[in-house]
Amino acid sequence: MSIELSNYKSINLGHGSGGLMTRELLDEIIFKVFNNPYLNQKHDGSIVKIEGEIAISTDSFVVSPVFFKGGNIGELAVHGTVNDIAMCGGIPEYLSLAFIVEEGMDMNDFIKIVESIKQTADECGVQVITGDTKVVERGKGDKIFVNTTGFGKVHPGANISTDRIKVGDKIIVSGYIAQHGMAIMSERKGLQFESDIISDTTNLNYLVKDLLDGFGEKIHLLRDPTRGGLSGVLSEIANDTAKGVSIYEKDIPLEKQVAAACEILGLDPLYVANEGVFVVIVDNEIADEVIDAMRNDEKGRNAVCIGEISNENPSKVVMHSIIGGKRIVSPLIGEQLPRIC
Amino acid sequence: MKYLNEYRNLEATKNYLKRIEKTVTRPWKIMEVCGGQTHGLIKNGIIDLLPDKVQMIHGPGCPVCVTPLVLIDKAIALMDQGVIVCSFGDMIRVPGSKKSLLEAKSDGGDLRILYSPLEAVRIAADNPDREVVFFAVGFETTAPANALSVLHAKNEGLKNYSILVSHVLVPPAMEAILDDEFCNIDAFLGAGNVCAIMGTSEYHELSTKYEIPIVVTGFEPLDLVEGIFMAVSQLEAGRFVVENQYARIVKEEGNLAAKEVIAKVFEIGDRDWRGIGTIPKSGYVLRSEYSHFDAELKFGVESISTKEHATCIAGAILKGIKKPGECSEFGSRCTPSNPMGAPMVSSEGACAAYYHFATNLNN
Repeated sequence: MSIELSNYKSINLGHGSGGLMTRELLDEIIFKVFNNPYLNQKHDGSIVKIEGEIAISTDSFVVSPVFFKGGNIGELAVHGTVNDIAMCGGIPEYLSLAFIVEEGMDMNDFIKIVESIKQTADECGVQVITGDTKVVERGKGDKIFVNTTGFGKVHPGANISTDRIKVGDKIIVSGYIAQHGMAIMSERKGLQFESDIISDTTNLNYLVKDLLDGFGEKIHLLRDPTRGGLSGVLSEIANDTAKGVSIYEKDIPLEKQVAAACEILGLDPLYVANEGVFVVIVDNEIADEVIDAMRNDEKGRNAVCIGEISNENPSKVVMHSIIGGKRIVSPLIGEQLPRIC
Repeated sequence: MKYLNEYRNLEATKNYLKRIEKTVTRPWKIMEVCGGQTHGLIKNGIIDLLPDKVQMIHGPGCPVCVTPLVLIDKAIALMDQGVIVCSFGDMIRVPGSKKSLLEAKSDGGDLRILYSPLEAVRIAADNPDREVVFFAVGFETTAPANALSVLHAKNEGLKNYSILVSHVLVPPAMEAILDDEFCNIDAFLGAGNVCAIMGTSEYHELSTKYEIPIVVTGFEPLDLVEGIFMAVSQLEAGRFVVENQYARIVKEEGNLAAKEVIAKVFEIGDRDWRGIGTIPKSGYVLRSEYSHFDAELKFGVESISTKEHATCIAGAILKGIKKPGECSEFGSRCTPSNPMGAPMVSSEGACAAYYHFATNLNN
């Protein structure tokens, strides 16, 4: 698709005025790109028919830089919300989409992001059915912020809840951790490696649906370790269940370059953000089958069991180090602080 | 990742742990000087793997922990004057007398978090109408880059760059610990990173004078257990010399180019240490010919004074005289999310390490 909005090289306050310029932005970009019967109504909102239990999730995206290796803020905004719904055991169907754009943003960049959102939504099987665009003065934003809310029916076989976790359950991670956070950090810090560190941003909804189709209630919990990283999700699980979480450092899937980048910047990969990885907690008896099933899917190619739920150290995450020691993995306090010596 | 995976080898580490167990006959207290070593000991769970007779005491080598409170207040005063303050990430959450740098940023201050002081020089060049200050804290390890930033700024003719200096030196701190009447340290693991810059020569006199083994040690699990083994071996044999476990990085003479840069910009002067007080000749100050790069003089903040938190025992903690658990505020009023003193803030601080480790596993 090629969009031409040659009158304006950048977004200005007029594009958020609600007047003719806003209308032009919507007609020439948003409606053209998304072109679906819901949006084509050009109404204040949309009406959809949906029956039974629904899963709903909202998320705002403020990543900087907005274009990074492996993705952009638009792609992230779709994946993030789609994955959150999937983690609830939902099958994402619809999205709302809201932009807060900083005055002066390059129009071509804006179009690129909108087109990327459309393409990503198609890949995820979701439709953008309502939205909003606001423009703030220069200096009051950071190029563009995106909010998406998504919803969809809950999978009939899903029963996802921390209450269902029991001692002996296995903890499976779907792939290499810390890719997204380190891709962004490398971009910000201008770090160069033998090959680029690429964000892992992707949609997990189809893989999750396959797992729920195949294993239903034996999948006890699904979580995607985005901000706060793996340690954040595991700490919450330990805390919410009052059970122990045991993990093994040697089994944590970590790509070589990401490990090296973490060493250079003094960051612990357990605390670094992911955007295309999820944690599955399953009944011990099906753990191997689940891993096999995940490895058959491109998005779970590197799935591996990293530990189990235990009776020991209730409410704590204990990491068994490579050299045979143990340590507590605490949740992140603020932003992870790089060491200086 | 060569030199990393090799030094995280399970079998080799176990081997050294066995040798420590076989060698030790009496209780020994060994202080690891550097916060990075404390972090390595805790992160890898080494302390629990050591025999009971070997007790590790966490030393003062965490730059965040020993930077005086007043320096944070001064950095905030600079932000209040509209200065762009650049800092390493570790410093930003350390509470000043009223607030931290991060809180000052929320209040509208211009704080930049950097990995290198040379980035701050770039910011100064890009913002000729603004003043830029780098918060130059740390031990001998960060001194070369901080000195280099001054030289770069000078070469580029930048008039809007200066540094807020709080540089401290390891050997005088070790001496202050040994001179303390309550000192009970039997051996040191020397800081491998500091010695990579400065070399090992300056430690011989200390080892001889105080009859104490000093083993310069790295940061990976195998480094740490080998360093502990070497220290225990010396103690059991009644020897006290400087040994170098970290020979793959550390040379006797150190890094001559780095030392030259330091000597060009800095000279040795008295420094205040948080919780310990003033130690004579224990840090770097800018040479007089570079005094126009001294942010304290440039912005008139040298007169700001601040009192430490009355109940915080950071000094005794940093000297290894008290353990964090002996502090009445530890884990109650003072936690990593609400720290009263610096050792609770940094991931390398003894209090934060104990908070995450001891309160959890031992409860």
